[in-house]
Amino acid sequence: MQWLNVIIQGVLVGGLYAMFAAGLALIFGVMRLVNIAHGDLIVLAAYIALLATESLGINPLAALVIVAPVMAAIGYALQRGLLNRTLGDDLLPPLLVTFGLSIIIQNGLLELFTADSRRLAAGDIEVASFPLIEGVSIGVLPLLQFAAAVAVIGGLQVLFYRTALGRAFRATSDDPAVAQLMGLDNRHVFALAMAMSLAVVGVAGVLLAIRTNFDPAIGPARLIFGFEAVIIGGLGSMWGTFAGGIILGVAQAIGAHINPGWQVLAGHLAFLVILAVRPEGLFPKVQG
Amino acid sequence: MPEPLLELRALDAYYQDFQALFGVSLDVGAGEVIAVIGANGAGKSTLLKSIAGAMRSRRDAIFFAGQPIGDWPAHAVVAQGIALVPEGRRLFPSLSVEENLLIGAQLRRHGPWNLARVYELFPALAERRRMPAPALSGGQQQMAAIGRALMSNPKLLLCDEISLGLAPIVVRDLYARLPSIVAEGSSVIVVEQDIVQALKAAKRVCCLQEGRVALTGLSTTLTRAAISAAYFGT
Repeated sequence: MQWLNVIIQGVLVGGLYAMFAAGLALIFGVMRLVNIAHGDLIVLAAYIALLATESLGINPLAALVIVAPVMAAIGYALQRGLLNRTLGDDLLPPLLVTFGLSIIIQNGLLELFTADSRRLAAGDIEVASFPLIEGVSIGVLPLLQFAAAVAVIGGLQVLFYRTALGRAFRATSDDPAVAQLMGLDNRHVFALAMAMSLAVVGVAGVLLAIRTNFDPAIGPARLIFGFEAVIIGGLGSMWGTFAGGIILGVAQAIGAHINPGWQVLAGHLAFLVILAVRPEGLFPKVQG
Repeated sequence: MPEPLLELRALDAYYQDFQALFGVSLDVGAGEVIAVIGANGAGKSTLLKSIAGAMRSRRDAIFFAGQPIGDWPAHAVVAQGIALVPEGRRLFPSLSVEENLLIGAQLRRHGPWNLARVYELFPALAERRRMPAPALSGGQQQMAAIGRALMSNPKLLLCDEISLGLAPIVVRDLYARLPSIVAEGSSVIVVEQDIVQALKAAKRVCCLQEGRVALTGLSTTLTRAAISAAYFGT
């Protein structure tokens, strides 16, 4: 029963990791850009939510309505103004530029908000829970986060495979040169993809900030979790990424249960095992 | 004489230090079919890529409907009504046949072409609309590539080596559809290595040789000897 509890909690946390991963997978899929600043952008979203809740006195969950569009706007501007210039045949320039961006965001946040640990207070909902079966309770907040993750991932999947914008994303990903000949402006398509990615980052950042303490330095670790979930899941579909997040969450929960110090280690080990056994991930992209 | 739809004025094109086109001038009228022929490396594909905006040129080297578009990016050129069927077809492999066609209609230009009309022109595509593009045969892929270009309702359709890698019977079949495309009001430039096919399809022929126009004329009046001289250089 105890193990069942551990696994359920792990699955619920995994939803959050899946959301970290979804934004990464989206932009890598569309424009082969590895965004090293992804984790720091999650933290940035958390701080924007903090500002919004403190200045407007609204519930953190309501702050999502502000944070997601603001992050999307930042994403669009970032891509048009900076990252589009780094894209080309070489994978290195975007890597270096986003690495620099990561340092800038971390230190900017440190300057503005100090290194103090912060948290978003969501009120009673934080501790509310209901018993599932004897010995297993589910927190309302983790469940809500998990539901949000399912909704976000499902939404992205539909967007990718059922809408004109998703079609444009996939076409540009396949062959950017021909996509231009079809009237798609790559710079705009890439910027929309980054806006989408950072909107997801916004949601993930708010949910993270309600769940746990944050400070300007925790970004890189979120980036690693996101990366691991992407690699475990493979790049075949958004649901693969979702599965990757769940597997990482469960592995961490099991590790933490054996020894609290092993939480992160167990996640890395699960990642390494899958990387060794199935380097293409569990649900790889099928090449046509 | 009415203003030509497309007017090239001393068009040059470069790949870094290598010059591929030297002062190419050419007019294409509305509703006209022109064939551009020439040996490998004569600059035929470069010419189409320059017109389509995939390669930038001097602003006043290309006029389309009276507008200088030489330095426009490809996505702006197609919005004006020039669509390219690229060499080697270049369908989007992760999209279905129908999705490939819909990408062509991205700009929502008005005109005679839509999904239904393209399927009418190429019934083989209608049966395979849900299949991934790479699952089609070479000829069907070429149909999809042409259909994708038509979906933007171009005033000028550029076809790069439609016959490439296809059986002669398939090529004849594809060229047999060309009149229905022209009948809907599009001008067409076909680039071909297959001279016989090119002469049959087009009223006027332009032969490139090492990046220069070696010969232009009506396909009915040009002699074999003149074409051969322009093609190979003598």
